[in-house]
Amino acid sequence: MHARTEAPAEAAPSWTGEIFSILQRFDVRQVPYVPDAGHSDLIKRVLASSTMRGIPLTTEEEGVALLVGAWAGGQRGALLMQSSGVGNCINMLSLTQIFRFPFLTLVTMRGEWGEFNPWQVPMGSSTQAIFELSGIKVLRASHPVEVSEVVEAAAGQAYNALTPTAVLLSQRLIGAKVFVK
Amino acid sequence: MSRTNLLDRREVTAALLRDRKDAIAIGGLGASTYDIAAAGDHDRNLYLWGAMGGAVMMGLGMALAQPDTPVVVITGDGEMLMGMGSLATVALQKPGNLSIVVLDNEAYGETGGQVSHTSATTDLVGVARACGIADSRGLDTMAEIEALAIRLQDVSAGPRFASVKIDPANLERVLSHRDGIFILNRLRGALGFKPI
Ligand SMILES: Cc1ncc(C[n+]2csc(CCOP(=O)(O)OP(=O)(O)O)c2C)c(N)n1
Ligand SMILES: [Mg+2]
Repeated sequence: MHARTEAPAEAAPSWTGEIFSILQRFDVRQVPYVPDAGHSDLIKRVLASSTMRGIPLTTEEEGVALLVGAWAGGQRGALLMQSSGVGNCINMLSLTQIFRFPFLTLVTMRGEWGEFNPWQVPMGSSTQAIFELSGIKVLRASHPVEVSEVVEAAAGQAYNALTPTAVLLSQRLIGAKVFVK
Repeated sequence: MSRTNLLDRREVTAALLRDRKDAIAIGGLGASTYDIAAAGDHDRNLYLWGAMGGAVMMGLGMALAQPDTPVVVITGDGEMLMGMGSLATVALQKPGNLSIVVLDNEAYGETGGQVSHTSATTDLVGVARACGIADSRGLDTMAEIEALAIRLQDVSAGPRFASVKIDPANLERVLSHRDGIFILNRLRGALGFKPI
């Protein structure tokens, strides 16, 4: 067995703070998530926030159902997950059509752009198509400078036009995870 | 895990909702939704016809958004088995106003009565308790159901979980509304939210 050491922690990228500010401005209150390394800084900010409630899930589909209840009760939410989690959500994604509620999810991509782990590739390759087949609009951010305008547009159309939207935060943006022996 | 003196699901549901006041009721797909419809249509009912495994999480989102309003999820054993992880998620959030009631006929009644895991090995009360919902009970009598109907109005002492072993007889379907957009917006309207 190889002992695993994480690559040295880098400073959190500035775009995660920009995402947090946008969620705050849109009055997002419930933020369900299954952790992903690419979301770790945003999750920290959410858990430290006094207006947002970070809600750890056991599986991502729980988050889709949670956001229905939140909206029925008058609160906006956003689901944080990695691309593999999208596969866990598929049946629950029907709820975006059944209830036409403001669904926003921010998905950190794996399985692309220099991926090391083959197990991430199949779901990463079908993530966008699954959303589109499920009637969910997909916007993508691949460079730090475009993150805030993409997330802003996604939040705008999700909350103002009840258009279910997924933002794919590409692996190029986040950086391929480094596995060191 | 089979017991005798099984309760009638319609009587149980009617008793839970009779003096509901402002309580919001969420029904798992299939028979539980028919039971809630049979107890009387209501602006604060959220009927599910799908999303199997999602009823408790909808209850959690609602309970967190409306902490002063009692929220009761009434669902089947099959639906609960599919969303068992959500009991762990609920326990972590500790919503005082959320009650979860499983109408356990030890079967997938809606799909032909195939036996479920609760008929043989799985103890859902034990699962809920082990997930961290301290107030988890198996209820056997209508007196206990009546007591739960009162307790679920207490929005500070939850979350609570109850499993009720019910008569497995398939009852006549009482069809609720099934247009989700109507059901959701009617509920939002009852809570004072305007359409966008
Ligand atoms: C994801 C999914 N799998 C299977 C079904 C088929 N199905 C509909 S209702 C149901 C069983 C419900 O059983 P339970 O929750 O115990 O309700 P009961 O009718 O026994 O009260 C199943 C399996 C479905 N609708 N969705
Ligand atoms: Mg059943």
